[in-house]
Amino acid sequence: MLRVGRRFRGERLISVLLFLPSVVLVGLFVYGFIGWTGLVSLSNWNKLSPDYTLVGFRNYLELFGHFRFQIDMRNLAVFTALFVATSLLLGFLLAILLDQRIRGEGFFRTIYLYPMSLSFVVTGVVWRWLLNPGSPQMGSAGINQLLERLGLGSLKSGWYTDPKIGIIAVAIAAIWQMSGYVMALYLAGLRSVPEELREAARVDGASELQIYRHVVLPFLRPITLGAVIILGHISLKVYDLVVAMTGPGTGFSCDVPAYFMWESAFHANRFARGGAIAVVLLVMVSLLIVPYLIYSLRREARV
Amino acid sequence: MTAIRRPSGVRILIYFVLVGFAVFYLIPVYVLVVTGLKSFEEASPFRMWELPSNPSLEAFRKALFGGFGFEGIGANLRNSLMITIPAVLGSALLGSLNGYVLTKWRFRGANTLFTLMLFGMFIPYQSVLIPLVQTLMKLGLYGSIPGLILTHIVYGIPITTLIFRNYYATIPTELVEAAKVDGAGILGIYRRVILPLSWPGFVVVMIWQFTSIWNDFLFAVTIAQDPLVQPVTVALNNLAGSFIVEWNVQMAGALLAALPTLLVYIFLGRYFMRGLLAGSLKG
Amino acid sequence: MRQAKLLRRVVLLGLLAVLLSIAIGAAQPGQEYVAPAETTLKAVAQQFFGNEGYWTGVMGATNRKHIQDPSFILIENPELPIKAGAKLWIPTKAWADRFMWVCYPDSRVFPQCLFGGGQLVVASWWTAGGEAEGLAALFEIYKEEAPDVQVVNATIAGGAGFAFRAVIKPRIIAGNPPDTFQLHAGLEVEGYEPEKYLKPLDDLYALEGWDKVFPKDLLELLLYKGHYWGVPVNIHRSNVLWYNKEIFARYGLTPPATWADFFAIADTLKAQGIAPIVLGNAGGWEAPHAFEGILAGTCGATKYKGLWTGAVPWTDSCVTDALNVLKRILDYVNPDYAALTWDTVLEYLKAGTGAMNIMGDWAMGWFMAKGVDIGWAPPPGTKGIYVALSDSFSFPIAAPNAANVPIWLAVCGSKEGQIAFNMRKGSIPARTDITPEEKAKFNPYLQSAMDDWARDAIVPSVIHGAAAVESWVTDFKDVINLFLAAKDVKDAQDKLVRAAQAALK
Repeated sequence: MLRVGRRFRGERLISVLLFLPSVVLVGLFVYGFIGWTGLVSLSNWNKLSPDYTLVGFRNYLELFGHFRFQIDMRNLAVFTALFVATSLLLGFLLAILLDQRIRGEGFFRTIYLYPMSLSFVVTGVVWRWLLNPGSPQMGSAGINQLLERLGLGSLKSGWYTDPKIGIIAVAIAAIWQMSGYVMALYLAGLRSVPEELREAARVDGASELQIYRHVVLPFLRPITLGAVIILGHISLKVYDLVVAMTGPGTGFSCDVPAYFMWESAFHANRFARGGAIAVVLLVMVSLLIVPYLIYSLRREARV
Repeated sequence: MTAIRRPSGVRILIYFVLVGFAVFYLIPVYVLVVTGLKSFEEASPFRMWELPSNPSLEAFRKALFGGFGFEGIGANLRNSLMITIPAVLGSALLGSLNGYVLTKWRFRGANTLFTLMLFGMFIPYQSVLIPLVQTLMKLGLYGSIPGLILTHIVYGIPITTLIFRNYYATIPTELVEAAKVDGAGILGIYRRVILPLSWPGFVVVMIWQFTSIWNDFLFAVTIAQDPLVQPVTVALNNLAGSFIVEWNVQMAGALLAALPTLLVYIFLGRYFMRGLLAGSLKG
Repeated sequence: MRQAKLLRRVVLLGLLAVLLSIAIGAAQPGQEYVAPAETTLKAVAQQFFGNEGYWTGVMGATNRKHIQDPSFILIENPELPIKAGAKLWIPTKAWADRFMWVCYPDSRVFPQCLFGGGQLVVASWWTAGGEAEGLAALFEIYKEEAPDVQVVNATIAGGAGFAFRAVIKPRIIAGNPPDTFQLHAGLEVEGYEPEKYLKPLDDLYALEGWDKVFPKDLLELLLYKGHYWGVPVNIHRSNVLWYNKEIFARYGLTPPATWADFFAIADTLKAQGIAPIVLGNAGGWEAPHAFEGILAGTCGATKYKGLWTGAVPWTDSCVTDALNVLKRILDYVNPDYAALTWDTVLEYLKAGTGAMNIMGDWAMGWFMAKGVDIGWAPPPGTKGIYVALSDSFSFPIAAPNAANVPIWLAVCGSKEGQIAFNMRKGSIPARTDITPEEKAKFNPYLQSAMDDWARDAIVPSVIHGAAAVESWVTDFKDVINLFLAAKDVKDAQDKLVRAAQAALK
């Protein structure tokens, strides 16, 4: 740190002033607005113009008892579990394979990662089309047709039109988009394992598999944690993909809380309910993020 | 570094799996391109895999400039640019100043403020939407491009600050000290010492911000749904799902909407990666 | 002698000419008036309308003419005398009355009233096809009436008006509304807090005599909290069963009159590998739309209406019957309905792989555009019941160009406007005074719809904003969408009962 001379008192003030606008903006737009949303969620605002008559936790009670919200929470759990686990496994697998001194590694890496640069809306539009199942009367369409042609007709599915698995179809599109990201994270982690460590293990007569298990994997642990946090919070917020791909789906089989929130607040004038859903989302994300933020910064402070 | 020879059978299997996944990741692009090149009659979910018999760019022209009964997304691409460019510059500049203060002029409590700021990066934006709309209305910015720019700048600050803070931590403090001895002030040092060294940081931040703002849907659909100001993501979502617009045009539109970020990714992939890694709060 | 005769003839002819010109003058939009000597605006108003107060109308009309034709004077200060030889425009009494409904001296828009010009921003979700053409026809008529005004067509596409409402509502509370916007006639207006944000149109209704030309059922529907808030331009029918004629002819079938008939036909067709009834529910409103038609059939007109007013409880067995019908229908529909919108599913009927579909009569526009010769009938049980919806235009209090709105609303409600609009849009005029010659301009489906409109019991559509407030519509939609997967009749009825209780309390 710099020593503070007399001349630098003024500089100190300037440094605070430089930082201040951002602090004020973020303070207002993040913390102020969150507080405001909390207020809305406790209010009776159910028409076009604001109404801040407080009604206690009535909106939350009604929300938790609402069938659509219950389905949404169930969908979100399935989606998150599937999306996070599969993306991790797939990303890990691809990273390990790419770590085997592969010819054309850059080429493969580029292909696996490019979906990450696309908007969820584009992803949704394409996958809505790809997973359009067709019907016995009109014939198979999209992926189903491809499966049929490859002789895998038994794998055909109703995808997002089947209320039993609707949300899984959405997860497939999300995994397509985000698994490359996990691959990139793991690959960077693998590359940071000092070659000497591997070499030493080899000298000790360890097999490649053992080296991965005992030398490399411990290195990847913090990356896995980071990836779970990132994917988890993306998953809890998922909205655009559902809008562009399926909408709420038959029996709300593709619906998520973020979608319900938007529809409640901005279509049905039920701002109070919308606020309550938003607060629930925020609490869920915070449970994931806050410990991680504290953990990361402590770690950083130690280094 | 001696390469370990594996049995070639295993290596063939590895390549086989890698190619298989490459195909999986490329399927949507194949469908986008092929369908976009097809004529209206040929573009159907039942003939998705066939190549166009008579490739033409007609669908792309229509997607850009519109056709009977619908507006093209050309104007929306322009809106997206008009939103994205100022928002990227604004948030990058603020992030750079914050990063500078946080690494070279840290004052008491700065780190706590930074931590609190970082939280803003992860919040579900649903939790600020209702007040945001109300506030923008009061400011007279609701439903306008400046309103959307302001929103993106503010919610971009945490990530840009984070990236710059990590980046400036790698610039030796001695450089700053030396400039101080020469009598330079805080702003002079920023301009003469830090800024010239900042461009890699700016590239990473700007690519990251460009991608996320260009791809944003939630803010846009909430505060800029008016066709005159809506960015391309919202326009695309409306285009798809309208019965007037044929499939080939929808796919061409999707490709056009994706193209800017895709190009950035392909040509500046290295920096894109760095942004990704920074975005994950390098643990 | 001869001279006297000639004189008499001349006088007679002169009298005739005066009478004729008076008659013509009354029918025309107004008349020119060149001041023979120096006068004042109020004196002119007194002379033509017998009321000094009409000076605003004379001034507004003359200044509007001036924009088109500078030989008319520009009156900048109503207090100053008008010179001899100055050319003015005297509007008709109807025009002046309509004008002065908005343009009175304390009005916020009084300056714009007096000098004319400016814009008229019309917001709607009619972006394409016949709807856009119909709207353009209304604009043409408006421009004839108000050539000084620049019409701005502000359309917002997407989701049968859902995206539209999400855009318009915040603009209204922000005090930045369009000058007039599209609104489903009926309780949808509740979502806009009309007492606070919209101008009641009762006076305009009286001036234009609309309370006499719109049917009683429709007027009842338009009334919310004792006032009219919108001017209806058209009528759509929600309950139509479309059927592939060729398939029906091939198997010797006739459109089913009862649900028993329907399911007998459905079994026949299913055995042939044809989807008996097709559904597209990608928008989430299409299946609930079909259900409102079913409900009208199982309950009948009076009970169906009563469900929405609270007169009939939702525990009624006719609701159970409707749910059971929908449940059974689901055994016969195309499995991919969640992937298809209301229009893409019509491909089944075109291809002959599907036989029937329940959708509003805007589907006719699709069939005509695709050259499909389609059959139509009321869905089982709804013969004599017209489930109606209507598009109307409203008048926000904060409309920036409020001075230009009354003429727009008058065009929307006029016979000329309604005929021009509906021929293109594929709906029928809301007015009941359409002559047989005028009716002949419409396509055969619409002619049959006009017959039904005049004869049937009219009940409001719920999905299209007529029967219930928006939050109830949302609940209703949600329950039916849940039912599609859960197929639990009792549970769905319980939920419908609760939704009604919440809405009617």
